[in-house]
Amino acid sequence: MSPHATATPTATQNACKVCAPLGACLAFRGVEGAIPLVHGSQGCATYIRRYMIGHFREPMDVASSSFGERSAIFGGKDNLHKGLKNVIKQYKPRLIGVASSCLSETIGDDLRMLVRQFQEDRVGNDDPVVVPVSTPSYAGTHDEGFHATVRAIIDRLTTTAGPRCGSMVNVLPGIVSPADIRHLKEILRDFGLDHVVLPDYSDTLDGPAVAEYEPIPSGGSPLRGIARMAQADATLVLSSMLSPQQSGGALLEERFGVPERRLGLPIGVRQTDRFFRTLEDITGRPTPPVHALERGRLVDSYVDAHKYVFGKRVVVYGEEDLVVGLAAFLDEIGAVPIVCASGGHSGRMQKEIAAHLERGLGETVVLDGADFADITEAAAVAQPDLLLGNSKGYSVARQLGVPLVRVGFPIHDRMGGQRVLHLSYRGAQQLFDRIANELLRRMQDDCPVGHAHY
Amino acid sequence: MVNILKERRNQVHRKGKEPWVLACEKSSVAGSVSQRACVFCGSRVVLYPVADALHIVHGPIGCAAYTWDIRGALSSGPELHRMSFSTDLNEMDLVHGAEMKLYRSLVELIDTYQPRAAFVYSTCIVGLIGDDVEAICKRTSAEKGIPVLPVEAPGFAGTKKDGYKAACNALFRLTGTAPVDDVPPHAINILGDFNVAGETWIIRNYYERMGVHVVATATGDGRVDDLRRLHGAKLNVVQCSGSMTHLARSLEDKYGIPYIRVSFFGIEDTAAALYEVAKFFGDSAMLDRTRALVREEVAAIMPELKTYGEDLKGKRAAIYVGGAFKAFSLVRALRTLGMRTVLAGTQTGSAEDYEQLRDICDPDTVIIDDANPLELCTFLKEQGCDVFIGGVKERAIAYKLGLGFCDHNHERKEALAGFIGMRNFAREVHATVMSPVWRLVPSSGVRERREVGV
Repeated sequence: MSPHATATPTATQNACKVCAPLGACLAFRGVEGAIPLVHGSQGCATYIRRYMIGHFREPMDVASSSFGERSAIFGGKDNLHKGLKNVIKQYKPRLIGVASSCLSETIGDDLRMLVRQFQEDRVGNDDPVVVPVSTPSYAGTHDEGFHATVRAIIDRLTTTAGPRCGSMVNVLPGIVSPADIRHLKEILRDFGLDHVVLPDYSDTLDGPAVAEYEPIPSGGSPLRGIARMAQADATLVLSSMLSPQQSGGALLEERFGVPERRLGLPIGVRQTDRFFRTLEDITGRPTPPVHALERGRLVDSYVDAHKYVFGKRVVVYGEEDLVVGLAAFLDEIGAVPIVCASGGHSGRMQKEIAAHLERGLGETVVLDGADFADITEAAAVAQPDLLLGNSKGYSVARQLGVPLVRVGFPIHDRMGGQRVLHLSYRGAQQLFDRIANELLRRMQDDCPVGHAHY
Repeated sequence: MVNILKERRNQVHRKGKEPWVLACEKSSVAGSVSQRACVFCGSRVVLYPVADALHIVHGPIGCAAYTWDIRGALSSGPELHRMSFSTDLNEMDLVHGAEMKLYRSLVELIDTYQPRAAFVYSTCIVGLIGDDVEAICKRTSAEKGIPVLPVEAPGFAGTKKDGYKAACNALFRLTGTAPVDDVPPHAINILGDFNVAGETWIIRNYYERMGVHVVATATGDGRVDDLRRLHGAKLNVVQCSGSMTHLARSLEDKYGIPYIRVSFFGIEDTAAALYEVAKFFGDSAMLDRTRALVREEVAAIMPELKTYGEDLKGKRAAIYVGGAFKAFSLVRALRTLGMRTVLAGTQTGSAEDYEQLRDICDPDTVIIDDANPLELCTFLKEQGCDVFIGGVKERAIAYKLGLGFCDHNHERKEALAGFIGMRNFAREVHATVMSPVWRLVPSSGVRERREVGV
């Protein structure tokens, strides 16, 4: 646990994070044929569903072991086993991801053991794989729950079986949007790379209108693919915040010798260049022309609008990796990430941000373990021109009379949160245009003349 | 019947097709993916709109984060209820206990926000780690000179309904702590309306126009000082009977104040709610004023309702809501529009409620208690349907099935209560049913089946 967690003496006000089991559910929803089950009170599952539906606007079935007083006293074994059986009966899933809760962990339920007992009791049944993960909400944020789950999935499903075949990479993107995952897969395909992206909720949480309702939506990282992750040439972990104990990539390296390549989120030109260089490295092929062209257009647009963004002060918040990525992007376009805040508290964010800013931190205030009260306070001092983050910062933006460009998760007050593209040149293009246009809108609205050309 | 778990089969009934049995008021079945939340949720829903109170959730971050500013409950003054406060417990707090953290949090927040009272919600693990919340509340109350009320709401200790009770108990502790000598004779409390989109204001205005004084509204646009005077009314008018009947009974037992159960959804029910109060006071002038009011209000909306009715006649609706009283009203309101209810379900109905629901529904209606997404899908398809009335979790299901949707939950931003609310409801149902987008959606058969069914 980070020192910060113990140093919070009083209440959190308007949290800039949610709880670990939500991250687990999000990750499990990105696995083929999978359904999550939260081992806890009924409310945990329901609140998580509601929160995620508000962003993804898709059905979001999350089962619960529905603790009652009996389970809280005698342990949750019976309810968990019954819950698993009922989920199997109703959904016929290929995988059930079981996330623990503060309640089950506090009463001392050993999830791994309970799952093992379940499987022993049911030998001979054609049961789905059950993946337990420990995600007590008192020990981490949704981001940590997400990464712990990715690691637990690899731990349970990835085997050494089969030879290495051609060039293949694993990508562990962290919490990004379905559009981001789709784009990452497109890039990997364009490089001719066999790949596994884990998780992959690009279809499951941003599905098409369909004629036949699917209890578990199609898509997700294929189970066979996850099993084959041991055969990859490398694992690209798009996070600079994880400790080796938290990283699924580190586990693949340690257990199967698949090298882990740590990259931050490829947001903006510089970080995306690094991402593409890594892919060039692995494949021995140059960046496909379509992406090189996108890069060219992006840089061209940077030039077109550079004066409008230069020196603009931006408050950035969200998961730590997202904040680092956005801060680096803002720096390269000449804007100032004046406040960088996250509810996460890995202890690594400040150093990482400092390393990405061309002239170091300077005026930039980095807040980890922050809530929106901290962010409001810092923002009031910083006098920003713009807020960049999820929709939970709206009240701050409104209070300060500053526009908010919505990125990340969750976006509860606009359409299309699931389709916001952040990654690679194309994602940076969208971010850049949105930011420049928001600043232009502000300038135009505030101008007494109301000029028609900029 | 497909997809119905054995444990749940007697929680579904088809009117006229089988003998009357409907099990209800049971804990949710593990693994069923109930649409319900938990005890904490019940208490939070009821107390949420008390706008000048501090609401602090004692527990890990999830419960507070998921209930931050999620409801449409408006306030005419302070808006402290829209903030989210949590003790955000971490591992060290669990080991050492978190009483002091709660105490420090309360002191800091009371000093900062100067609330008129504080509600302290105990979530799942608080009892397990041995915190004496009652003692901390007492101490803080004595030091700060405001009521600090514990709300015993561990998620697992019952259902959402038990949470309603916990909230009512907390409210009842406030009652009787302020003088009521100045309350005029024709005085009521409005219980169980939460001022979603200003609905309490609509209702209050009707009563005031009738010449009825409203002592307190619990909890819509709620104020601590008003709640202390709940005992000053002559009659409690209880809407959303599930959540507030407990408080009404307590007020009856201790202060001899009778209560009536009413609903403000739909023309008939709203009119009945007003007439009943006029009759209770036995004042003929008041009765005349009520008649005039109803005539005027109904006349104002009828022309518009008629035009919608032409399009909506014969369309089929499904209802899945929290409490049964709302379901009754919706069946009637839909009938006003010429529509038919083919599925009616609730999260928390009682045996008595369901009998009443059965009686007002048409033959062949499916009646369901504590449904899950798969059951809802199955019955929506089987019954054939044009619009689904529910909350955000139901919205995702409706849209994926290609059905219209009307939000009738606490998150809605549209006032649906009173006569004007009926007009808004009709507008919304009309907009969603008549939208041309459905013609582009691949057919799930759900609408076609309706044609066959007619």
